[in-house]
Amino acid sequence: MLMGYSFGDLGSIMAMQGFAGLILFSVFVLMALGLAVIFGQMGVINMAHGEFMILGAYVTFLTSRLFTTTLPGAFGAYFFVAVVLAFCAAGLAGMAVEWLLIRHLYRRPLDTLLATWGLSLILQQVYRSVFGAREVGVDQPDWMMGAASLSDSIQIPINGLIVMALTTLIAVGVYLLIFRLGWGKQIRAVVQNRAMAGAVGIDTERVDRLTFGLGCGIAGVAGSAFTMIGSTSPTAGQLYIVDAFLVVVFGGAGSLVGTVASAFTISQARSTLEFFLSGSMAQVVVLLTVVGILMLRPQGLFVLKVRR
Amino acid sequence: MADDTRYPLHRRRLMQGMAGASAAALLPWSARAQAPATAAINTTGLAVTDSTVTVGILHSITGTMAISETGSVEAEKLAISEINAQGGVLGRQIKSIQEDGASDWPNFAEKAKKLLVGDKCAAVFGCWTSASRKAVLPVFEQYNGMLYYPTFYEGLEQSKNVIYTGQEATQQILAGLDWVNKTRGSKTFYLLGSDYIWPRTSNKIARKHIEGHLAGCKVVGEDYFPLGHTQFNSVINKIKLSKPDVIYAIIVGGSNVAFYKQLKAAGVDLNKQTLLTISVTEDEIGGIGGDNIAGAFACMKYFQSLDNPNNKAFVADFDKMYGDKSVIGDVTQAAYLGPWLWKLTAEKAGSFDVDKIAAASPGVEFKGAPEGYVRIHENHHLWSKTRVGKALANGQYELVYETAELVQPDPFPKGYQ
Repeated sequence: MLMGYSFGDLGSIMAMQGFAGLILFSVFVLMALGLAVIFGQMGVINMAHGEFMILGAYVTFLTSRLFTTTLPGAFGAYFFVAVVLAFCAAGLAGMAVEWLLIRHLYRRPLDTLLATWGLSLILQQVYRSVFGAREVGVDQPDWMMGAASLSDSIQIPINGLIVMALTTLIAVGVYLLIFRLGWGKQIRAVVQNRAMAGAVGIDTERVDRLTFGLGCGIAGVAGSAFTMIGSTSPTAGQLYIVDAFLVVVFGGAGSLVGTVASAFTISQARSTLEFFLSGSMAQVVVLLTVVGILMLRPQGLFVLKVRR
Repeated sequence: MADDTRYPLHRRRLMQGMAGASAAALLPWSARAQAPATAAINTTGLAVTDSTVTVGILHSITGTMAISETGSVEAEKLAISEINAQGGVLGRQIKSIQEDGASDWPNFAEKAKKLLVGDKCAAVFGCWTSASRKAVLPVFEQYNGMLYYPTFYEGLEQSKNVIYTGQEATQQILAGLDWVNKTRGSKTFYLLGSDYIWPRTSNKIARKHIEGHLAGCKVVGEDYFPLGHTQFNSVINKIKLSKPDVIYAIIVGGSNVAFYKQLKAAGVDLNKQTLLTISVTEDEIGGIGGDNIAGAFACMKYFQSLDNPNNKAFVADFDKMYGDKSVIGDVTQAAYLGPWLWKLTAEKAGSFDVDKIAAASPGVEFKGAPEGYVRIHENHHLWSKTRVGKALANGQYELVYETAELVQPDPFPKGYQ
């Protein structure tokens, strides 16, 4: 399919395709990071992850409405307020869910799967009742929707760049929090040995609640960011959940570095294959490869050494 | 038959939510006295009494498809309340029983059986996706029910027990391709779609037409994506590389939002790049955002902005019942046709019996349709005009072309399969 095009054309397309891959990488990291924190650090399989993302998206929607009606002058900047609000709303909702539901099920990890799946259905119906079954249109300021032209033929989506920046920020933040701060040490201690962590005076319940809240908060940020590139409807969270789990499991549950590495591998593979094959075939090839690799290496790409 | 189908534009309507039976009680005695005897118009044990007739509404009001099917439910209820306000069908007020398909195909079949066997519904208005229609079809054929199906779909089906009020694929596709070729001189096409039967069948028809019937035209690319796909940057680059005159897009559901937002973000200006879609109605634009799709063309049979007296009255009635900012897409309008066509057919047949309704359907015409005049073909699809609209930033379409004549429905097109 590359026959008959000039070098200039091909060069620009390669450059844009490179960016497409990087943007997809950022999207994957952003949607998987919250799940990785919860799944990897707490061992909770959170099937409602997508719904927490959509909570963030609806918060963004409400914020945009609020700015249009009360502060139209500041509309260009509303998105940054919305991201912070989305983090807080999803984080608080996550902590509430942890307190009401999850903490009773830590000894039964498989039951968390069912319980959170039920929770996802409940949340979908709540969104449907509150916001209606139809998609809502989230208005973006004009400057966020355009393309930046690097040359005549190379255009880079600005919203993609924003997602990349946001992902970098969140990833660095999570890294500092978990690997550099005292609270992160507590999280890691609880992951490695809950009983001992409790014995040396760490409030494991509090750590659990905050960790779950953090994971959900990141999901909220992801949902907020995805209003720029995708739809906002009660069931839109389902569109992301499979990819999110794929990235986390392939990377090796428990390893945040693994999540990033696996997001990179899968996104590059998919975006390259989509260019040469049809979209559906690209998906098939990527999934088959992931399945193949997981059969040879069930623990995923990276493994955290944990005392079982 | 033909003359009494013209309705006054400002229809008197009884209070919404009033039960059919009590509404009937308010009718003047003479209206009921003229109604034919129940035994004569119902020989097969349907739920028909001296004052009421029961029909079913079967759509998803929960689950993924609620997003699309909600509008159809609203339109069908509006039509039923209007028919009741005019005195009902054969002197009987319509009572409706609504069931939720819940976006789950086997569940649709179960609910269809309940409506037909348990409730003895004289007709059912419902289904949206082809998958749900395929699931209920054996039920309707086994228990001899009557289904009015509103969605534009891929064709390749015809049943005594179904009236298809939306367009089948050739009606929706051919005229639009001819138009874009003729008026915009487009020669190269890039076909896109979600990966399931409707987009694939439709694109197959489109490809045959482009390669076989449009001189010098060719397809330069064809791509499919899983339902719910959210990342289109790679295919947008592919499109940029092959520089087609027309992007022909049949992407459905939430994927639409991702596709058009990313297209815009990638610097593709739809005022310069022609894009023709058959899957984006006003309903979808609400989620996509008018700004993100302005300039694109859609080919279907109805737009909310159609300028004719029937449509103006319809939109006003819809707004009155469901609030001012209602969004009415092609399928919603087609759903509205269902109850009316059934009423007209029942009056033509002089009976509620399904066999008689099925036999009387061909030739039934509805002059009050918001899209304009429609007529039922022998193959149980509708003769209808095909229209092309240009998307505006306010979320509406502006009519730019309509076929001069009604387009014949052709569910099994020769040379296109």
